[in-house]
Amino acid sequence: MVAVSEPAAIEASSLRVRGASKYFAAVNGAAVGALALDRVSLFVSAGELVSIVGPSGCGKSTLLRLVAGLILPTEGEVLVGGEQITAPSAERGLVFQDPNLFPWLTVRRNIEAGLVARGVLKQQRGEVDEFMRLVGLEGFADAFPHHLSGGMAQRVALARAMINHPKVLLLDEPLGALDAFTRMRMQDEVLRLWRVHRSTMLLVTHDIDEAVYMSDRIVIMTPRPGRIEQIIPVKMNRPRDRSSPDFLRLRSDILETMHFAGRSLGGNGSESS
Amino acid sequence: MSSIVEELQPRTGIDSKVQRPGAETAFVTPPVVKTPAQKLLAIPVGACIALAIHFFVPKREPVPPSHYYPILLFVMLGLGLLGAALYPFFEGLRKRMRHLCPLLGVVTMTAGIWELVTSCLGLLPLPYFPGPEGVFGSMVSDYKLLFDSTWHSLILLVSGYALGVMVALITGVTIGWFAHARYWGMPLLKVVGPIPATAWIPLAMVLSPSTLFSAIGLIALAVWFPVTMLTASGINNTRASYLDVARTLGAGQTYLIFRVAIPAALPNIFIGLFMGLGTSFLTLVVAENVGVKSGLGWYVSWAQGWAEYGKVYGALIIMAGFFSSIMTVLFKVRDRVLVWQKGVIKW
Repeated sequence: MVAVSEPAAIEASSLRVRGASKYFAAVNGAAVGALALDRVSLFVSAGELVSIVGPSGCGKSTLLRLVAGLILPTEGEVLVGGEQITAPSAERGLVFQDPNLFPWLTVRRNIEAGLVARGVLKQQRGEVDEFMRLVGLEGFADAFPHHLSGGMAQRVALARAMINHPKVLLLDEPLGALDAFTRMRMQDEVLRLWRVHRSTMLLVTHDIDEAVYMSDRIVIMTPRPGRIEQIIPVKMNRPRDRSSPDFLRLRSDILETMHFAGRSLGGNGSESS
Repeated sequence: MSSIVEELQPRTGIDSKVQRPGAETAFVTPPVVKTPAQKLLAIPVGACIALAIHFFVPKREPVPPSHYYPILLFVMLGLGLLGAALYPFFEGLRKRMRHLCPLLGVVTMTAGIWELVTSCLGLLPLPYFPGPEGVFGSMVSDYKLLFDSTWHSLILLVSGYALGVMVALITGVTIGWFAHARYWGMPLLKVVGPIPATAWIPLAMVLSPSTLFSAIGLIALAVWFPVTMLTASGINNTRASYLDVARTLGAGQTYLIFRVAIPAALPNIFIGLFMGLGTSFLTLVVAENVGVKSGLGWYVSWAQGWAEYGKVYGALIIMAGFFSSIMTVLFKVRDRVLVWQKGVIKW
């Protein structure tokens, strides 16, 4: 368990996870239940972009669903701006790996969905166009999701989540299904959106490069039970150079922490340092 | 055989010609798919054969004095020739004729063979198997009653179907969405639902003040079961991630039901609507046979009572057109509503 420093004032969009555990009871078939999260504590200050990396089963998605309010912790608590989370709300947007666009709605209606759900479509209709422009989808307002490429669909999903101006934006491997080039372009896109809207972002990823490229801090988790192993700050100016020595060193440090650094990777790291 | 080959590879043949040097202009005009003459003239040829049988083969059985059947054949002949003459000028007509000509040609010829087998050779016993004149003649002469019967059937069907669908959507969504409703509703649905609606006829007659009401109720019941079942399963199987996304967008219960679960269940609901339509046809005809004194089902059994089998077949032909038109309407509605879906079944 890593001690987290705590600023005196709790800003409105800061996120605190305090000793949160999540136990999934045994379902028929499995002999015992699973402890997905074991007393996880984490503080993310307002406007910060924090990545969570770790092997599958380390509870990173569970942690994200806890923050979203889709599930409740077995123990401990999750607070946003000092307020305990008991249910999902528009204040915490969530984007999955699968864009999960509503296939029966056009691009425009998908982006409007949050406004309709909150009953503020009339007041904020103007923003729909603004967000479509922001993610570069002006020409696709009336297209249905099955006509979109993976990258375009994920942009719609981002716009749909961000139009609510969430205090916290939760991204669950949002770029995981995209090809390498589209992914790199989308990383810049997400960073741009983050800079424009200054929401707190929690990004789950299995791509270490992505974590190093994008985040202010990287949370490394270990599985069975899900725990935070280490939190590594990334002190590099953006935009970051993916091939700079600092970048590569940090990348191999993380791999080492996760016990994935083989001989070749270790050698690579010492070369660059 | 050669025509099949032409159909399969019309473009490659033209392309290979185009590739020759000096033939650049050929790129400008789109390749015209040729339709072989035997296909184009299938309807006139079929009509001519049927007419020849009608006029030149001696009749063994008594034939009604009317001449509606040959008039119909002449109309087919005329339309077929007109279509063939106008064929080169209209793209829409071309497409339609390519598809319809062989089908209609064979149908027309079958009418001729039917006359040959019945009126000319007398192979099938009267009055059960009248010739084409017996059927078309009675359809034309009895058109008022047939029209009236079709109208009554339509009203009965639409009111029963609409009632059944409305109730089924409410019960289906309730059972699909609310766990309590599912616990109590599902066993009831599983036990009562599979009973054919027609089996309730004795009870319906006792309970209902009029046969019309009981018929509407029976049709509604027949529609209710499949639509409820498929709506409930569609709602219950809504992808959890859609609901999760909607909740993090600030959706409440109403939004989740009406704007996520129901749209997501629509493909399922339409399957239920199609199944329900099939059972509603059956129930309609049975109900008209049993209690209601109007409609196509009643017409069939009434004509049978008088041993007027020409009318029976006439009503069956009307029924075929009537039911398949309604089916087509539902398919059109489905295509419109589910335009967002990929790969829907074609009717």
